Amino acid sequence: MIDTIVPSPTETAEPAVVDGPPKMSARSVGVFYGEKQALKDVSVDIHDDKVTAFIGPSGCGKSTFLRCLNRMNDTIAGARVTGDIDLDGEDIYASKMDVVQLRARVGMVFQKPNPFPKSIYENVAYGPRIHGLAASKGELDGVVESSLRRAGLWEEVSDRLQESGTALSGGQQQRLCIARAIAVDPEVILMDEPCSALDPIATAKIEELIHELRGRYAIAIVTHNMQQAARVSQRTAFFHLGEMVEYGRTKDIFTNPVQQRTQDYITGRYG
Amino acid sequence: MSSAVATMNRWTGEEMQKRVAKRYAAERRFRFFGLAAVGLSIAFLAFLLVSMAWQGLGGFSRTETKLTIDFPRSDLILDPAALKGPQAQEVVATAGLEGVLEQAAVAQFGEGAGELFGGGSARSLGDQLIADPGLLSRKVELWLPVSSKADVAAKGDGDPAIEKLVAKAETKRVFNGEFLTASDATDPSVVGVWGALKGSFLTILVTMGLAFPIGVLAALYLEEFAPRNRWTDMIEVSINNLAAVPSIIFGLLGLAVFLNFMHLPRSAPLVGGLTLALMTMPVIVIAGRNAIKSVPPSIRDAALGVGASKMQVVFHHVLPLALPGILTGTIIGMARALGETAPLLMIGMRAFIASPPAGITEPASVLPVQIFLWSDEVDRGFVEKTSAAIIVLLVFMLMMNGLAIYLRNKFERRW
Repeated sequence: MIDTIVPSPTETAEPAVVDGPPKMSARSVGVFYGEKQALKDVSVDIHDDKVTAFIGPSGCGKSTFLRCLNRMNDTIAGARVTGDIDLDGEDIYASKMDVVQLRARVGMVFQKPNPFPKSIYENVAYGPRIHGLAASKGELDGVVESSLRRAGLWEEVSDRLQESGTALSGGQQQRLCIARAIAVDPEVILMDEPCSALDPIATAKIEELIHELRGRYAIAIVTHNMQQAARVSQRTAFFHLGEMVEYGRTKDIFTNPVQQRTQDYITGRYG
Repeated sequence: MSSAVATMNRWTGEEMQKRVAKRYAAERRFRFFGLAAVGLSIAFLAFLLVSMAWQGLGGFSRTETKLTIDFPRSDLILDPAALKGPQAQEVVATAGLEGVLEQAAVAQFGEGAGELFGGGSARSLGDQLIADPGLLSRKVELWLPVSSKADVAAKGDGDPAIEKLVAKAETKRVFNGEFLTASDATDPSVVGVWGALKGSFLTILVTMGLAFPIGVLAALYLEEFAPRNRWTDMIEVSINNLAAVPSIIFGLLGLAVFLNFMHLPRSAPLVGGLTLALMTMPVIVIAGRNAIKSVPPSIRDAALGVGASKMQVVFHHVLPLALPGILTGTIIGMARALGETAPLLMIGMRAFIASPPAGITEPASVLPVQIFLWSDEVDRGFVEKTSAAIIVLLVFMLMMNGLAIYLRNKFERRW
């Protein structure tokens, strides 16, 4: 199993220096659904220009944690978050934090492609429009085009922007969702198993895209595919049974894990 | 080896064949019952439509007969000049045209022939005189609608004596346009459904204007914004119960609240609409909540994920996606309100109203109540009028539903 894991090319080029201040940092985060504790004591940093992967078996709490980072858990009745999560040193669970603005700054891509049942153009234009980011129709057109270009979808859809977003293939839909997320110019992008519903070719395209986006945004990605984590990420956190077991450089996690449980998981002994 | 043979036996053996045959028989039986149920409903529907059409289409036609009237020799004293003025209608109404008709009928068909003509005949004669006052100076032959009794006799269902009279006269059947433009009357030959149709239209407008927005907003609030607690549970149970309350109870509520307490005008479409809105709202709320529930949560996540506020999520995404479902529920509720009689009887919409309402506060009747009232009349002429009114009600309902379905499909296409 372990021999199939290749460190990403950028990883080797990375200087062995201590990271700067993180874009987002979580300290001793716990999540409760009613009385039940779903997640405990998670401390993770998410850096600019880096992809942070959360891996672990199903039901280990990695998606739950990801949804804490833009407060999507607020929408679940009875969900409660403890601990600190900071964005640029600002507590995102503070009462003065505007959750609508937070979600624009911390965008999200979901497991199943979920374009709005509207035209491709409307899908991308929706975010900028509700936030008033474009002053004119021309400016909005520009935002839509550049977002679709960055998501690598422009070449495929430029001549049919008025067609429904739901008519695209699964991989195209997911890239449309990524374009929709980057259209509001976020600082962080959260991806919740973005490739789990896609075929290998579409997956490869999304991974390529993640590489390109890394230069502009801090990215956190949840995946149950360890090869994918190894391919796209620079930092990895391993979750197990609602706990964060280990967090570190992807290279270290995959080649030289500190914890026995991490070692067992990445060698395929369980999970 | 022996176990493999046993397996073979199990799948191809006689017992298994029997079980398979039994299973197919059960499936065929089920299909037959389903088909029979559909067939039976179609048969009932066809029977209803055919019998309605059979009895009711006669209500859209009337019998006319040719009558010779010698105006210069009749007792009629009518100044042709008065027929040109604005009071012409009034002048002919009080001129005693009925007497003229009776005289002419007796002269032409013999003793007792006055029965052939009635109020409708006199009105038609008056209209013809206003159109051409020159008639008054001549002996003329005119086509005039016969009385209700004679009309029933001409259609083969009346008094034998009158039937004999009708047989003597030269008659023809013509389309009765007045049935669609006139209002209620005591003489079945001149009644029409326009007043009731307009009353129904105004009432349903009030109902729609209140029940739809309030119902949809209530459904949206309860489904998307309200916290889940004992209060909202209680509201949900109450709404479900309200939808099952007999409609006459709503009539009593309307009587108590809108008439006795708020002193709104009696018999008015406003009060009828308010009462029916109370009755329809729970249906819309329930249908709306189900439609809203069926909008996939991933759409809400997607909108929240790009930073839409709760209200933007609801009004930009959830409501448009739920609208076709909400409209379906609304159509059902409105169709029920349109056909409702009992609650309207309670608020006085069963009064005899001979002119169409000018607004929502004027006294009015509605189609189902009109049908109910006519079905109660002793005059045989009302029988086919009742069926004809039922046809009008069904057509009105079909048109309304057709419009709603068209709107629903249009909204569906936009997405």
